[in-house]
Amino acid sequence: MRWFNHGIIEKNLILMGVLTLITVSIGGLAQIVPLFTVESTIERVEGVRPYTPLELAGRNIYVREGCYLCHSQMVRPFRDELERYGAYSLAAESIYDHPFQWGSKRTGPDLARVGGRYSDDWHAAHLRSPRAVVPESVMPPYAFLDRPLNASDIASHLRAQVAVGVPYTAEMIANARADLEAQARPEADGAAFAARYPRARQGSFDGNPAVVTEMDALVAYLQMLGTLVRFSDVTPDQVRQQ
Amino acid sequence: MSRSEPYVEAPIRAFAIATVFWGVVGFLVGVVIASQLAWPLLNLDLEWTTFGRLRPVHTSAVIFAFGGNALLGTSLYVVQRTCRARLFGGESMGWFLFWGYQFFIVAAAVGYVFGVTQGKEYAEPEWFVDLWLTVVWVHYLVAFGGTILRREEPHIYVANWFYLAFIVTVAMLHIVNNLALPITLGHGKSYGLAAGVQDAMIQWWYGHNAVGFFLTAGFLGMMYYFIPKQADRPVYSYRLSIVHFWSLIFLYIWAGPHHLHYTALPDWAQTLGMVFSVMLWMPSWGGMINGLMTLSGAWDKLRTDPGLRFSVTAVGFYGMSTFEGPVMSIKAVNALSHYTDWTIGHVHSGAMGWVGFITFGALYWLYPKLWGKKALYSQKLVSWHFWIATLGIVLYITAMWVSGILQGLMWRAYDELGFLQYAFIESVAAMHPYYVIRMMGGVLYLSGALIMAFNLWKTVTSDELADAVPAPGSAGISAPIPAPAE
Repeated sequence: MRWFNHGIIEKNLILMGVLTLITVSIGGLAQIVPLFTVESTIERVEGVRPYTPLELAGRNIYVREGCYLCHSQMVRPFRDELERYGAYSLAAESIYDHPFQWGSKRTGPDLARVGGRYSDDWHAAHLRSPRAVVPESVMPPYAFLDRPLNASDIASHLRAQVAVGVPYTAEMIANARADLEAQARPEADGAAFAARYPRARQGSFDGNPAVVTEMDALVAYLQMLGTLVRFSDVTPDQVRQQ
Repeated sequence: MSRSEPYVEAPIRAFAIATVFWGVVGFLVGVVIASQLAWPLLNLDLEWTTFGRLRPVHTSAVIFAFGGNALLGTSLYVVQRTCRARLFGGESMGWFLFWGYQFFIVAAAVGYVFGVTQGKEYAEPEWFVDLWLTVVWVHYLVAFGGTILRREEPHIYVANWFYLAFIVTVAMLHIVNNLALPITLGHGKSYGLAAGVQDAMIQWWYGHNAVGFFLTAGFLGMMYYFIPKQADRPVYSYRLSIVHFWSLIFLYIWAGPHHLHYTALPDWAQTLGMVFSVMLWMPSWGGMINGLMTLSGAWDKLRTDPGLRFSVTAVGFYGMSTFEGPVMSIKAVNALSHYTDWTIGHVHSGAMGWVGFITFGALYWLYPKLWGKKALYSQKLVSWHFWIATLGIVLYITAMWVSGILQGLMWRAYDELGFLQYAFIESVAAMHPYYVIRMMGGVLYLSGALIMAFNLWKTVTSDELADAVPAPGSAGISAPIPAPAE
């Protein structure tokens, strides 16, 4: 190859560094940029809303405890997964997920559609002592979640979420603390809360309505997973990706 | 050590010690979490010792602490010798890199135990730790590049291409994947800028290339220096080095979407990821051939030099796992293997077989050199380490193949009436024996590392000094520089 001499690159650090950077940039640009620009990437389904303050706090506990290391949140379009878990997951269902929690390993089952499958009591009992409920389980016990949830800074969490693109309104931020409390106390007046967060459920998730605990938050989060989109109303056209 | 040393060596000795230390820590935590999956009581009912909190400690300890210290240490050693130049920034730069990097590791690990995490695999450290690593990494690039700029050799040696690509690309991946906004400046938690499907793509672009550039390109740099040194032969093919380098770094970066097959990532991206992953087989094996064939005419050394045996077996494992990877990236195979232990086995054949073994080979070669000793304390112990660790890997990966394929098949099995045959929990129960075997494989691998630590300790503290080390520029230096292009 007379026209090309690799020696030129080998003798010039800057040239080699720049060519390397260009070479390793191409693949990422080709795969990442279109996901932001091609509109059909996100399916046109209805019902997906930002997390309620309690669900968001629960999600942060899910992240903190590394649940994603053993549980996926991504049902694949296979017959066995549809039968085991439910409708396959859509990109639209995780548009407000900072970070995404699709996971990479199923040491335990997929949780993308776990919402509403078990009772609140089942979840709380299972989290406290997994083997008391499922003898063969290898899950760690999470009884320590029965402690008060530190929610004093929940409004700043919502503000940070707005800054990264989650459409919380000023009203939602102003009422963040009140909404969090209202969701964990079934006897509280939840009309304003329900208007702000459609299909959100009030409940005493850990069985103790007196204190809002980390258990309340985590169970509230698990119980809403995969429940926002009504799949009976979805048409094939809405879920087509390019 | 005095300033009159031709090369900066004291911080490199520290990196070499840290590599062994973190290796033992990382393997030990691996054994602990493997045992937790077999016997969940070992989660100890404490929030700090659950599998979910310890698993990132294991992955970060082996990748970033063990692997990272090996890469920083060897790259600074190699770049000085192949350039015949003292480290840019001198001893103080070396010490800043050493302590700065150790601080990153400790800050990250302490965070995990207390639940401070971004929740993205292999990118768990929170924003303030990420910022610190960025500072250290920029210094690393400056020190490495500055040393190359000072070189007395006209050509940049091939090992340095790979080290440079590793440093540059890891910087790019680290910064983009960790773009995040702290809740407030005084708050440890942050929310990443990307969400959902875009976040997933960016994460696995990062995650797969943490494998591609941290665990592959960087360690290929190690291969291109230490195997020719150990075998006392030049690199097999200069032309193959060039083709290998550019094709590897170009193709690797596209492979990320194979971690997202059949997810909500659009099909076009999945297909791209699959096609490039399969193509990646070729440059990977090009590198393997270049490494193995370097032993042409020196294969007999395998019988007498157990350190070289580590390096060569490492290249063998590299070849195996870079064949297995493309197979698993094919969507039809991935439909079965994804979410199962097969992936864990695949990663460990690469991590224990390739990354671990190439590092052990380099350490056995480096320790006597760095401490000016005549030879290792015991070649016999190296041999014991080799066979114990190899047996450990075999137990590990075979157990994971069986358990992974078993899991995948159980999840999709139907009975004669057309119902799912197994409840999920039955697949969990079926894993138990394989998790025990895997744990035993880990114990063997850890035992081998402890033998190495003992052997290296006895080497460092022995009285048998080597003959004087030649100064840079003297005829005594024989870096395996390939012939320049014509």
